[in-house]
Amino acid sequence: MKLTVNGTSHAIDVEPEMPLLWVLRDELNLPGTKFGCGMAQCGACTVHVDGNAVRSCVTPVGSVSGAVTTVEGLGIPASLHAVQAAWIEYQVAQCGYCQSGQIMSAAALLQKNPTPTDADIDEAMSGNLCRCGAYPRIRAAIHDAGKRIRGA
Amino acid sequence: MGKLKTIARRTFLIGSAAVVGGVAFGIYKVRQTAPNPLLDDLPQGATALTPYVRIDGQGVTLIAPRAEMGQGIHTTLAALVAEELDVAWDSIRVEHGPPGAAYYNRAAIEHNIPFADPDHGRAAEAMRGAMGVMAKLLPMQVTGGSSNVVDLFDRMRVAGAAARFALVAAAAQKLGLPAAQLKTDNGQVLAPDGRRLTYLELAPAAAAIELPANPPLKAREQWRYLGKSMPRVDMVAKCTGTATFGIDVRLPGMVFATVRMNQAMGAALLRFDATAAKAMRGVLKVVELPGGVAVVANNTWRAFQAAQAVQCDWAEPGYPASTTAMMEAIVASMTEKHRDSRLRDDGDVDKALAGGTVLEAEYRVPFLAHATMEPMNAVAWLHDGQLDIWAGVQNPTAARDLAAKAAGLDAAQVHVHVLLMGGGFGRRLESDYVVQAAQLALAMTGTPVKLTWRREEDMALDFYRPAAVARLRGTTTGKQAHALDVRVASLSPAESNLGRLGLPAFGPDTKIIEGAFDQPYGIANYRATAYRTPAGRPVSYARSVGNSYNGFFIESFIDELAAQAGDDPLSMRLALLTHEPSRKVLSAVASMSAWGQSMAAGRGRGVAFHLCRGVPVAQVVEITTTKESVKIDKVFVAVDVGAALDPRNLEAQVQSGVIFGLSAALYGEITFAKGAAEQSNFHDYPVLRMQQAPRIVVKVLESGGPIRGVGEIGVPPVAPALANAIFQATGKRIRELPLRKHIDFV
Repeated sequence: MKLTVNGTSHAIDVEPEMPLLWVLRDELNLPGTKFGCGMAQCGACTVHVDGNAVRSCVTPVGSVSGAVTTVEGLGIPASLHAVQAAWIEYQVAQCGYCQSGQIMSAAALLQKNPTPTDADIDEAMSGNLCRCGAYPRIRAAIHDAGKRIRGA
Repeated sequence: MGKLKTIARRTFLIGSAAVVGGVAFGIYKVRQTAPNPLLDDLPQGATALTPYVRIDGQGVTLIAPRAEMGQGIHTTLAALVAEELDVAWDSIRVEHGPPGAAYYNRAAIEHNIPFADPDHGRAAEAMRGAMGVMAKLLPMQVTGGSSNVVDLFDRMRVAGAAARFALVAAAAQKLGLPAAQLKTDNGQVLAPDGRRLTYLELAPAAAAIELPANPPLKAREQWRYLGKSMPRVDMVAKCTGTATFGIDVRLPGMVFATVRMNQAMGAALLRFDATAAKAMRGVLKVVELPGGVAVVANNTWRAFQAAQAVQCDWAEPGYPASTTAMMEAIVASMTEKHRDSRLRDDGDVDKALAGGTVLEAEYRVPFLAHATMEPMNAVAWLHDGQLDIWAGVQNPTAARDLAAKAAGLDAAQVHVHVLLMGGGFGRRLESDYVVQAAQLALAMTGTPVKLTWRREEDMALDFYRPAAVARLRGTTTGKQAHALDVRVASLSPAESNLGRLGLPAFGPDTKIIEGAFDQPYGIANYRATAYRTPAGRPVSYARSVGNSYNGFFIESFIDELAAQAGDDPLSMRLALLTHEPSRKVLSAVASMSAWGQSMAAGRGRGVAFHLCRGVPVAQVVEITTTKESVKIDKVFVAVDVGAALDPRNLEAQVQSGVIFGLSAALYGEITFAKGAAEQSNFHDYPVLRMQQAPRIVVKVLESGGPIRGVGEIGVPPVAPALANAIFQATGKRIRELPLRKHIDFV
């Protein structure tokens, strides 16, 4: 089976029903995408497939035909994506465990709608839980990232 | 004092101990400075001037003796050391310290004393001293109870100043100049003639210099990091997926495991059949554990699938197994026989109650799961006669000792590497998952094993915040509360947790009644009694512990008394408060929220005050109600922490506490059938989501009093402030959490 992740093509030998999350974490050693619930309830495992946010914990790898982007592929410390830069500017993360998923959901939202209202943000981000309660800063950082993207 | 003198003194004291026995040895142990744990494992070319500062080829690394689980403690501890050591902020690296006696937490143990925080009388201080000795002797290296900055505010600054002293002294020797002529500048020592020596080149010589015990510390006006909002040291890594949590550890040749345990915690596995599981792809081994089985595979998901395929026959628990039976046991324990403490008995409550119209109410809260975002996990590797463990733990000394016991090793053969935690909230004070990983490492000797729990195990195998029942009575005279009698019954988290550590739970468990007995209300007749329910389903500490429910009980009931007296609930509290910083935060939240100004129809507001871990905190919650549901619009919070070390992080922590408290207030409830939780994941154990998060406005007052931690203090007042707002808007008084059992939320 072939899988393209962050621009690199991988040959993998796994059951097609194995969730994409566990292929990324255990087979490809990309631990930035997190395991939270295993049933698309928390959003910690959010990645992009062809630019769309998907919950990798319930996505069988055999069903993935598009290009996968994980948080590691979105931006790196030396070259940040606008969402990551805004997250750092607003000092969003606390424990940080959910933030890979939050950032991937926010990036997918802004890709389609760089001027989201609070209601748009609520809708796009309602699938991403944060037990530290960083929601107020996540909201502020998304508005800021939108500005960065529009200005770029 | 030179090394020789230290050794001489030690010899003398050990000699004395031989003559007079354990007492002298005890005093020696108390006075002894614990060894620097970094020296055990110091890489070639590295220098550890103190237990908190390591200098090597990469620069200066600050060693944090406490767990980073989201509260930003690594950043604040780094700022404390860096402020005195004088190193550039962007050059700092921070690591978790290993388990070590030097890292004991005095403050976390001290606040268990049966005295209110503002009480600094002789008895209270003597008890704090005794607790401090116990913390050092055990030693208890715990992260909890909002104790970090209280415990480490001086210690970390002293470490930085002492290390700087040694580096300057080493430079003085090298340059042949008096130390007084030398200055420091961002990791370098600067001579008057412009010559510069880096800390890195000075470190080996500095290691030979005796450190001063009480170096002078900077005055507050000279601070350049403290008191400022510093960029968190872990922020970039956490925003780029490059931070390593316990669950992310990867070692060469590692295998992946999960457990399937009796969900009636503590009850046995009677028999099991793993035939089908063993035949599944990638399964390497099925290991029987006490109370369950583990499956080891070559991929975590394969381990998950195979564990579900094991046929298990579970024993019933020896404790009440249903929610109804558990709540009945709590209510039944409200008798003299089970009385655990009476830590407040002002005036004559019985007489006051006999002489007035008595308001009487029963309040209840359920069991709660911690539900950290990162499920429990640990990596363990038994090799070459030693056990290496990588895990997120709030109590690394306990994790080491319990893992050693499970693997049949000495503690000295176990090395615990503490990783970032995807939330703690008290859950990671327990070491059960570390012990399981150690058992698996033993079964897979030579191969590193990563144990990961599914969310379902994380929810089922939690040591829950115990349920509690309160019965309150009170009277009012004129517009004021005249009597308050609060009785609270609950399982004891201290007894349950200490039992697992092999320690006795002596004296009362103040956690049952904290937040109810110690509030600075000058009610003439005020009595607080705790009842300890006989041990049942294992329980433990959760964010703000007893305050998490006693805040709801007391602050809802004070509101009821205000309604009975016909007084404004905020004015009545203000008149009752005897503690000036508390009065100030309540006044501050009143003006922030424009308390007293009328609101549109359908809107309402409620207030609550709480003194938690020495921090007075007042909150006002604003809501909008419709026929169908309640929407939480805004929360105003005022706190006083003495001095704010990092204002932006402090705001984040307070907001975090409010959101955490709202999740519990609206939704949080674990129920039981046959000893097992009936909730398994976030679909049936909901927590607050983005669209429900209110705006939270935080104001920090700095009275200049003792410095305080804020990891927990946002939690206790939010449930009662919300319930009081609902009462104000609808006339409906809700005396049970979660509130959604009685009213719907948007």
